[in-house]
Amino acid sequence: MAVMSIFANPHRFMAVSKWFAWGFTALGSVVILIGVYFGLFVVPPDAVQGDSARIMFVHVPAMWLCLLAYAFMVGASLISIVWRHALADVAAKSAAPIGAGVTALGLITGSIWGYPTWGTWWEWGDARLVSVLVLFFIYLGYMAIWQAMETPQKAARAAAILCLAGAVNLPIIHFSVEWFATLHQVSMKASNEFKYPMYVVALGYLALFGGLTLLNMRAEIMNTRAEMLAQRRQATAG
Amino acid sequence: MLGAGASSLVLEVENLAAARGLRILFEGLSFRLSGGEVLELRGPNGSGKSTLLRILAGLTRAHAGTLAFTAAGEDEPGRHYLGHLDAVKPSETAAEQAAFWARYFGRDQAEALKAMKRVGLSGREQVPGRGLSAGQKRRLALVRLLIEPRPVWLLDEPTAALDIEGRALVTQLVAEHRARGGMVIAAIHGDGFEGSRTLDISELKTGAVA
Amino acid sequence: MSGSFSVFARELKLAWSGGGGAALPVGFFAAASSITPFAVGNGVENLKVAGPGVMWIALALASLLPMERLFQADLEDGTLDAYAGSGIGMEGIALAKTLAHWIATGIPLAIIAPVLWIMLQGPPEASWFVIVFSLIGSAAFFFFGSIGAALAAGMRRGGLLIALVTLPLYVPTMIFGAAGLYAAASGGEWAAPLMLTAAAALFGIATSSFAAAMALRTAID
Repeated sequence: MAVMSIFANPHRFMAVSKWFAWGFTALGSVVILIGVYFGLFVVPPDAVQGDSARIMFVHVPAMWLCLLAYAFMVGASLISIVWRHALADVAAKSAAPIGAGVTALGLITGSIWGYPTWGTWWEWGDARLVSVLVLFFIYLGYMAIWQAMETPQKAARAAAILCLAGAVNLPIIHFSVEWFATLHQVSMKASNEFKYPMYVVALGYLALFGGLTLLNMRAEIMNTRAEMLAQRRQATAG
Repeated sequence: MLGAGASSLVLEVENLAAARGLRILFEGLSFRLSGGEVLELRGPNGSGKSTLLRILAGLTRAHAGTLAFTAAGEDEPGRHYLGHLDAVKPSETAAEQAAFWARYFGRDQAEALKAMKRVGLSGREQVPGRGLSAGQKRRLALVRLLIEPRPVWLLDEPTAALDIEGRALVTQLVAEHRARGGMVIAAIHGDGFEGSRTLDISELKTGAVA
Repeated sequence: MSGSFSVFARELKLAWSGGGGAALPVGFFAAASSITPFAVGNGVENLKVAGPGVMWIALALASLLPMERLFQADLEDGTLDAYAGSGIGMEGIALAKTLAHWIATGIPLAIIAPVLWIMLQGPPEASWFVIVFSLIGSAAFFFFGSIGAALAAGMRRGGLLIALVTLPLYVPTMIFGAAGLYAAASGGEWAAPLMLTAAAALFGIATSSFAAAMALRTAID
């Protein structure tokens, strides 16, 4: 399969993605704002936790998304390794910073939520918390590989390998922490009023993730095109 | 090992293209090579000779196109790849390294000694890699070819750093290999091999970038 | 299997003879463990709390040290090209080299561990536990580390990237191994941590060669 030609001229992808990219980003932003507004101002305070539970609207969907983003990267990495499709590489690379950002957001909001609830900013015995922290580092390592490798092709393969290795390890890490003790609330007995705005925000996150990833991919492809044009100019001039 | 099947040894290359990063080195390369033939790769540095050899050796992936080595009665004929670098370890002695390759290929230790003698390193057996000159390291790199007979030889600048005797040695080894029905593809500067075909990579360069 | 086995034997000899072999990681292990009392306080109670954990961390970091050179030298001098060009599978090479380096360096680390353990006020009766856990743990650290080493092969200063990439892979071994050491120190239940640490190590040994081989093929490409 001619890897380079697809990478160089993914015409179809560029044409189709333009509207989706901006559309999803706009849609996602709006939906998140609506959901957050509902969560902050419309829904009554939680019986047990009071107003501090409101941060759940930001925190829980963020945690869902950080896992979803990584699952997306795992899928793209598999496609990259098995079929060597350059778009898959671009997709995985583009999703990573967004996934990392959402993970950080989730960790920070989780910590803020945790303090009034548990009395501590962090809890090492919580399997979910720790697994997500490790996931954050896996994201960082993934992005570092893209920066560090000599050629984009090498970076793509190395990153795909790392992504899959991380995926295999995450359940193990989760299990190993759980093997100790857990403190995270098993399930929040939240009322329906709480859940709906949260789902709305989650959908908004999803749309925003899709939109931003597409935008990133487009930027990546345009970057590559620019580089190739510059090289072509050099080749013909010299 | 190179007996009956060797005469039907064939390399078929079709529409091969190679790239380094975003740059296409060459494309549209097609040729057919038979056992008993030598192909010289010529062209300036960076034109893609080494890359072509690495693709033929299975180390680098082609950007496009296909290649196939076939021989009657064998699944896939064995290849030897001799790159730019000599793969000589600084702390091991010459004899130890030859002995290692004999073990690696599952051959007798006697083969290692024979090979050392053939490449002209007898007398330097106990010298560690760091004590060998560049030419001696190149000779040591050649022992692999002699210890384990394989039909296809892919050589990247086999005569680099070699003196006149060294170059004569390589010429002789290639001639003997040819006579046995083997195939040699070599990137080379300077004097080539008698009766060989030549491929100038730079003529394939289209200058196009993707 | 003459190919990979001969590579294993060669690596073993090279690891022992070349550059003092295990001296640097062992020295680092000892030094890092030794400065612990300065950081956590030198009272017996403090060390009982912090000692085993810190020693385990030092073991992990000491295992990371040889990783940078694990594949680098062979990549740089063309040996990896020669292996790959001869048609041998990279999985065998990765396994052979990692195993050889573990034997040359990981085992010495495990042997010196009880000495450091006693120095950090660990009960001497637990020394056998310490050796066993350190053997298993260092094996896990070396094999998981080989994945990072293969990914970063060919990079100047790949050490930092190796650490960033490998530390998440170390987490299960860290948890189980440290739990085991603490159990050994306090006379608690050590069987479960031992099983789990061994499981982590076996998982690493079984799967790391495949990931490392993929990464090595990328490095050669």
